[in-house]
Amino acid sequence: MAEAVRHSGETRRGFLNWFLGTSAGAFLLSVLYPVGRYLIPPAVGESAAGTVTLPIKPEDVKPNTGQIFKFGNRPGILVRTPAGELRAFSAVCTHLNCTVQYRPDLSHIWCACHNGHFDLTGRNIAGPPPRPLDAFVVNARGNQIVVSKGA
Amino acid sequence: MGTLDKGHGRLWLWLDERIGLAGLEKLAKKKEVPVHRHTVWYYLGGMTLFLFLVQVATGILLLFYYRPSAEEAYESVQFLMAEVEFGWLIRSIHSWAANLMIFTIFLHLFSVLLLKAYRPPREVTWLSGIALMAIAMGFGFTGYLLPWNELAYFATKVGTEITGVVPGIGPFLRRLLRGGDEVTGATLTRFYGIHVAVLPAVAALLLGLHLFLVQKHGMSVPPAVERRAGIRGTMPFFPNFLLRDLVGWLSALAALAALAAYLPAELGQKADPFASAPVGIKPEWYFMFMFQTLKYLPARILGIEGEIVGVLGFGVGGLFLLLIPFLDRRTARGEPSRLFTGIGIALILYMVALTYLGYTASATR
Ligand code: FES
Repeated sequence: MAEAVRHSGETRRGFLNWFLGTSAGAFLLSVLYPVGRYLIPPAVGESAAGTVTLPIKPEDVKPNTGQIFKFGNRPGILVRTPAGELRAFSAVCTHLNCTVQYRPDLSHIWCACHNGHFDLTGRNIAGPPPRPLDAFVVNARGNQIVVSKGA
Repeated sequence: MGTLDKGHGRLWLWLDERIGLAGLEKLAKKKEVPVHRHTVWYYLGGMTLFLFLVQVATGILLLFYYRPSAEEAYESVQFLMAEVEFGWLIRSIHSWAANLMIFTIFLHLFSVLLLKAYRPPREVTWLSGIALMAIAMGFGFTGYLLPWNELAYFATKVGTEITGVVPGIGPFLRRLLRGGDEVTGATLTRFYGIHVAVLPAVAALLLGLHLFLVQKHGMSVPPAVERRAGIRGTMPFFPNFLLRDLVGWLSALAALAALAAYLPAELGQKADPFASAPVGIKPEWYFMFMFQTLKYLPARILGIEGEIVGVLGFGVGGLFLLLIPFLDRRTARGEPSRLFTGIGIALILYMVALTYLGYTASATR
């Protein structure tokens, strides 16, 4: 009899502990899951623009200069080489995403953040950047410059 | 009036009945500060605490004018600096006290490290201290972005990009931190929430734990002093040591006021996501040694991208620092531990050397 009482007492306690533990766990999960999902920002559609027309005239881009333009929601860089050729690249440094700039004194593209250097074909030639800059296709049509993502 | 304790008035008695001042008084009087040739290092924790309180006070004041959005943040800080009476002072003190606080935290950490104050039973005090240091750096990182100027924008871009380097969950972490794929106004509001609500709450809890543990265990006597019986006696914490502490607080306040008055915080150019990164972009000085390390790492190390190696290295280093009380078995047994003294000194030298290089090495070559 005494055995049975103790036994049922133990199972009851075990059940209560299990019950409490499970409800506490379920409660925590039902709080943490929505909060966790809330903290993750919703995906916004990448601007699909594959082509942009720049608000600059080709003749306004002097040799051995570069400038930043908007390509969708990211910066691009338009360069006129000392030889007079127009080129465009993504201006997002392949190292840690700083925006690069054209250095007329070096005649190539440079990133100020960690001293990364890229040549006029976008190749990473010095410093920490691990990959070349993405190249765009540039078309100068009349007095318009059209930049598009490479095929 | 015969029933009143000598030296205590009615108010004290009234309060004592309700909240138990006598108990607190006993606790304060119980603490003794050992006096020996390293006693000066005991002041750094208190000084850090003082600077933290300055941060809380000035931070609350800044909230009255600051507007956390990409369109208004820069302008609201500009307004604060130019139009609001003493606005420049409050902001400068906030920015300088942050820097001084990180500096005293570093000194406090290294004194604890070299004097082996992390030995049992103070492991949890050490863990909470390291966590508090990480939080302080988190405060610095999130606060840096809030004026929304060019330097802050690119520093945040690089800083958050670095979390993206962590293998596996990196890109997820980066999105979580930025509130999107790029550093935008969404990042600003996120950092603002972290800076003024999340971190203060966590800091208050950890600080409570840290101070409670310091009170519970008392001041640690460096094992070397103990072995050589170098203690010249003790000093009551209350009021003797506390009064000396206050002198430290006052000197910190004086330094703060002088720095804020003569070198007020700058604002710079408003952030423009479509501008090139400015020449000479730098993080805050306490991140400089890491920044400079990343600069020296080549693009690839053994086929792995350089910064992955660097970031993992810092992660491992941080973990090692955290676990020192558990790794340093000799100190735990009360024996001299040359190895961990050496590690501490090497760490200091590394940080000082790379910080120095960060400020002197040419940024353009
Ligand atoms: S982000 Fe360009 S070199 Fe580091």
